Amino acid sequence: MSALHELSASEIRRKVVAREVSAEEVAKVHLARLKAVEPKVDAYLLVLEDRALEKARAVDRAFAEGRPAPPLAGVPVAIKDVLDMEGLPTTCGSRILEGYPPPFTATAVARLEAAGALVLGKTNIDEFAMGASTENSAYKKTKNPWDLTRVPGGSSGGSAAAVAARTAPLAFGTDTGGSIRQPAALCGVAGLKPTYGRVSRYGLVAFASSLDQIGPFARSVEDLALAASVVCGHDPLDSTSASLPVPDFTAALTGGARGARIGVPWSFLKEGVDEGQMARFREALSVLEKAGARVVEVDLPHLPHAIATYYIVATAEASSNLARYDGVRYGLRTKDPADLGRLYGETRDRGFGPEVKRRIILGTFVLSSGYYDAYYLRAQKVRTLIRRDFERAFEACDVVATPTSPVPAFRFGEKADNPLQMYLADIFTVPANLAGIPGLSLPCGFAGGLPAGLQLLAKPFDEETLLRLGAAYQAGTDHHLQSPRL
Amino acid sequence: MPKVTVETVDHVARLARLSLTAEERALFARQLDQILEYAESIQALDTSAVEPMSHALTTGAFRADVPREGLARERVLESAPDAKEGLFRVPRVLGG
Repeated sequence: MSALHELSASEIRRKVVAREVSAEEVAKVHLARLKAVEPKVDAYLLVLEDRALEKARAVDRAFAEGRPAPPLAGVPVAIKDVLDMEGLPTTCGSRILEGYPPPFTATAVARLEAAGALVLGKTNIDEFAMGASTENSAYKKTKNPWDLTRVPGGSSGGSAAAVAARTAPLAFGTDTGGSIRQPAALCGVAGLKPTYGRVSRYGLVAFASSLDQIGPFARSVEDLALAASVVCGHDPLDSTSASLPVPDFTAALTGGARGARIGVPWSFLKEGVDEGQMARFREALSVLEKAGARVVEVDLPHLPHAIATYYIVATAEASSNLARYDGVRYGLRTKDPADLGRLYGETRDRGFGPEVKRRIILGTFVLSSGYYDAYYLRAQKVRTLIRRDFERAFEACDVVATPTSPVPAFRFGEKADNPLQMYLADIFTVPANLAGIPGLSLPCGFAGGLPAGLQLLAKPFDEETLLRLGAAYQAGTDHHLQSPRL
Repeated sequence: MPKVTVETVDHVARLARLSLTAEERALFARQLDQILEYAESIQALDTSAVEPMSHALTTGAFRADVPREGLARERVLESAPDAKEGLFRVPRVLGG
């Protein structure tokens, strides 16, 4: 039998339900694994050992009393430190929120715990989810479990690394421009960004409100489906959460790929993509073709403008959302400010790191008088054009496929001094956030010892097609079963 | 495209209530200039007949405007750096 920490969430649940292991045993094995590998990986900002063990014993007790096992009974999960848990610190990877204990719990986390999940800890992130390497965390550098000299991707780098390092079979992150899919690809795990509005964002610290979405990381697509079934669905506490029924995502896994039309925007992939990533992408398409899917070419003519559009829209919204960190209501406050203006300015200068400041400046600039029309308003219009590109493409195909990232995991510091280079790492992921559609990244092999990712995008609220094709892909491959040597 | 100068960054930093150091101002001016030069590509598109998109919701986001209990005042003030008598405390704004 494989060690417990090598098992998927679904396998753990089956064993707990069959009483082959207790939830407490599951928690202990994962906490021991965490202690063994965390010094190398640094995925967590906070480990909740006692809380996880207590929760595990509660799951075991309820089960012993004859109550039915909930869908995530005894499944360890790691949570990106941008989702609130009442009374525990939420840092968002920022000094400005150091020591802030939120007075509420995010709906997504509450649903996971109600479903029997064991929260092992809060994971490292790029400050306020701004970044593609997790290097912008004010607290620590998370390493890529496949090569400790390289970044895990970002901004949910801690969650991706936690799943890759087998400290948790399941983790949650957020995706504003690729922050689930890109680190999933770079760490060789699977990640799902659901449709905008699919998951309640109550208790999620806002970055760019028209783009942010919460979603799961796991190794298998089956686990993503299981996790999505738990967290998706309307929440009266978030008016942007969709009032649509949540399908049985697990039931969607069995359909296979036969007859599916996979659209590839070949002209957009012509340049700038690493050779190894491209080779694995082509092989992944062949796997899906062997499973009965058909690859067609689609044209998404406005995608070359997606990064520009994204960095205008996202920074504009961020500059507004981050105005709340003023040293008055929570978090850091500068010592003995001379007046209220200096209290704001000095607190923000000390509390925010360079990338957050850069984005606040850019966002404030594109919204400022004289530049609003040329930048912000124009970007919103180009966003419409990008969304229309996808609507047209989905008339000819069921999913759009691209590599998830143009490059494999890069070395620490490699892009840190050039913000534009870092932004370009998001080139294949930002379009889905702009269009509001769901996206899935799957591990599709290795190039030079580093993981590659396959991205599939679907129509709004059609996560089922992503999961069905993802399951068909994983049925024909074993990339998701590969473990890094730690 | 107008060149982003240190003065531009100064002006925007004031709007955003950020006290930046001289080095930060110079660095951000240079980097913003690069980023906006890259973003210049969208200026060439014809968007005259295109509606701006402010969100990606495909379903309505309206709810009934019904009052409900919020968080307890004491609980909220627990997170504040400085509070007194049920209020957030800040340096004096009016008078001497």
